[in-house]
Amino acid sequence: MMWENNMTQIDSFREEVKQWLDDNCPASMRAGADPETPLDEVWGGRKAVYKNPESKVWLDRMGAKGWTMPTVPSEYGGGGLSKEEVKVLNEEMFSIGAKTPLLSFGIWMLAPVLLEYGSEEQKKEHLPKIIKGEIRWCQGYSEPGSGSDLASLATKAEDIGEHFMVNGQKVWTSYADKADWIFALVRTGPKEPKHDGISFLLIDMETNGVSTKPITLISGKSPFCETFFDDVKVPKSNLIGQLNAGWAIAKALLQHERAFISNFGLAAAVGSKKDLVTIAKKHIGEENGKINNGFYRSEIASHKIKEHAFGLTLQRAGDEGGKASATASMFKLYGTEHNKKRHELMIAAMGTDGVAWDGDEFDDSDKNLTKAWLRTKGNSLEGGTSEVQLNVISKRVLGLPS
Amino acid sequence: MKLILNEEQQFLKDTAKNFAEERTPVNHFRSLRDNKDDLLWDKDTWKEMVNLGWSGILIPEEYGGSNFGLAGISVILQECGKTLTPSPLFATGVLGAYAISQYGTEEQKKKYLPQIANGEITTAIAIDESSHHNPLNINMSGVSKDNSYILNGKKVFVVDGASADLLIVVARTSGKTGDSTGLTLFLVENNQPNMNVVKLDMADSRNYANITFSDITVQKENILGDIEAGGEAIENILDIGRIAISAEMLGNTEAAFESTINYLKERKQFGVLIGTFQALQHRAAEMFCEIELTKSSIMAAMQGADNNSNELQRLASLAKTMAGETLHLVSNEAIQMHGGIGVTDEYDLGFYLKRSRVVEQIFGCSKFHTERYANISGF
Repeated sequence: MMWENNMTQIDSFREEVKQWLDDNCPASMRAGADPETPLDEVWGGRKAVYKNPESKVWLDRMGAKGWTMPTVPSEYGGGGLSKEEVKVLNEEMFSIGAKTPLLSFGIWMLAPVLLEYGSEEQKKEHLPKIIKGEIRWCQGYSEPGSGSDLASLATKAEDIGEHFMVNGQKVWTSYADKADWIFALVRTGPKEPKHDGISFLLIDMETNGVSTKPITLISGKSPFCETFFDDVKVPKSNLIGQLNAGWAIAKALLQHERAFISNFGLAAAVGSKKDLVTIAKKHIGEENGKINNGFYRSEIASHKIKEHAFGLTLQRAGDEGGKASATASMFKLYGTEHNKKRHELMIAAMGTDGVAWDGDEFDDSDKNLTKAWLRTKGNSLEGGTSEVQLNVISKRVLGLPS
Repeated sequence: MKLILNEEQQFLKDTAKNFAEERTPVNHFRSLRDNKDDLLWDKDTWKEMVNLGWSGILIPEEYGGSNFGLAGISVILQECGKTLTPSPLFATGVLGAYAISQYGTEEQKKKYLPQIANGEITTAIAIDESSHHNPLNINMSGVSKDNSYILNGKKVFVVDGASADLLIVVARTSGKTGDSTGLTLFLVENNQPNMNVVKLDMADSRNYANITFSDITVQKENILGDIEAGGEAIENILDIGRIAISAEMLGNTEAAFESTINYLKERKQFGVLIGTFQALQHRAAEMFCEIELTKSSIMAAMQGADNNSNELQRLASLAKTMAGETLHLVSNEAIQMHGGIGVTDEYDLGFYLKRSRVVEQIFGCSKFHTERYANISGF
């Protein structure tokens, strides 16, 4: 009888969701929208600009329901839904082709660690704004001298009574120029061993002394910035967790970041979604449906086989019920290395068209692919290099000695 | 279709793991090899496997089997592969059982399936005629005469061909070499007069034979499946076999990998454990990833077969390619990382390397299946 009750409850929840989506999801936010409607990549925040006003309407409505983070308890502005209910919500959104209302580092990275390490006040202050998309966050981790060896970071936060005084520089801060707040790792214990002198601090980007400068990559424009802190006063209440205990939080957040990347699998790796086989047939030629150069064909087939096997591995990990942390490094490693290889094969198949940079002699899609290929070179660097992932697998998964 | 084992399959896997560890550790194989055993598998051990029901896993219940499906027998082969357990399970429990269950007439099923399930007979499938697997490259002729067919030709590298009681033989009843039509399957008793069965001595010390047929008469009722419709049946039987043998290869791979990781954790040079060297750690981590991808491919293929996937051919080629490449990689790296001891006969690792190169050839190597995968995928 319990079971019947549950069924009825989940069924009526489904009806409720259906109706709500029907009433609240704007036409241009669903499948079948007018292709002329401008598309926004919605990241929210104080500085957000919308080409399509319905993007904002959709965000506000979903944010008010807390359905941008449906499992977070409602006292923090979340949806307060059970796992089964989230599944229903996702299915119903999928069935009408509803657009994801909000892309957010706050949701993917900060919110999970706030829930685990934040004080009650900090959760109440920050989670609702993340969930509603009112505040856009960026991540202040890497520094010019601290890449893979992140724990050597030097940006310092000195105790000056009510405040910390922050001085230093972060690099590879995605969208720092568009973000409202930054979650940053700072050195609060200069004399302690390097892992034991780091704190996790939230900083309002509008504070005096914070400035940003965009970075141009080999592929051209990029979302990355340098972020500078010059005598920036940060209230002590913005410290998450204990003083000098930030490294554990930093690592937890990295797990969320890698899990996020692996959940998106191959799709997360930035680059072109073009199909390798279609490109090869067009540029190399085909005979009886086969790519008519055996060397390219064999390389492409091997690559496709690995892609297939990798996709099945993501599926299997899901079916096994997410022992994510152990395998997140494998997915990060494999997904990004695979994406790089795919782009190398695509530009090789295109010959000289694959390395076009600018001008009217080339199609836009050719020129874009060149840029996409260059961008993939960052895939195996950002979020932990491939070599760091190999270290993690050999130590944490295989238990090899240090 | 979920890419995990159900309770029943997990139970079979656990049973097989215990069996292999207790009854057939690698020394079991080593002594068969050292004693130049005639069969190269052990009759008493096979009887125990039969008593566990393994020979009947692909056989319907009404003919004495359990019908637990390909995933069921594949996980058993995987565990047996870990200790290099030699047995007729693949050629009989997979190939013979499946071929007759799927394509046999009612009379054939009644006659042979219970005998397979209770271990009275073992089987083998005779397809290839050259050193490279090619199921269309069939010259062996089957010529109709009265109510029978006369078989002439030579089959090579028949797995368990030197011990099987019953052979499933592919012969050309019309057309020319390379055609996918005109092929017919025959059930033929082994070791008849006018059949020359030559046992092969292969690097992996398992049971294989070349078999020459000179005017062998087969009655019409011993045709398996429809006359001239053999091409499709062969591909199907082969795909089932490819998936099952891939699982055994995964077991080989897992054992060689585990042994290597353990060695990295105990062997010291320059005063430190060699497992602290990044040059070895990264290669070990890369092998781990390849093994995970291989597991997923085989899981998808065997579950796909049991769920009538319309992707069976592609999944079989995916599984055999991944299994072959990963075993190849791991068997080489295992030897290199073990250093000198890895190339001694006293140590077991060399068995895995030798088995690798032979089993890679069974029913198509990685190159054969990469090309087949491309063909099926439309490029």
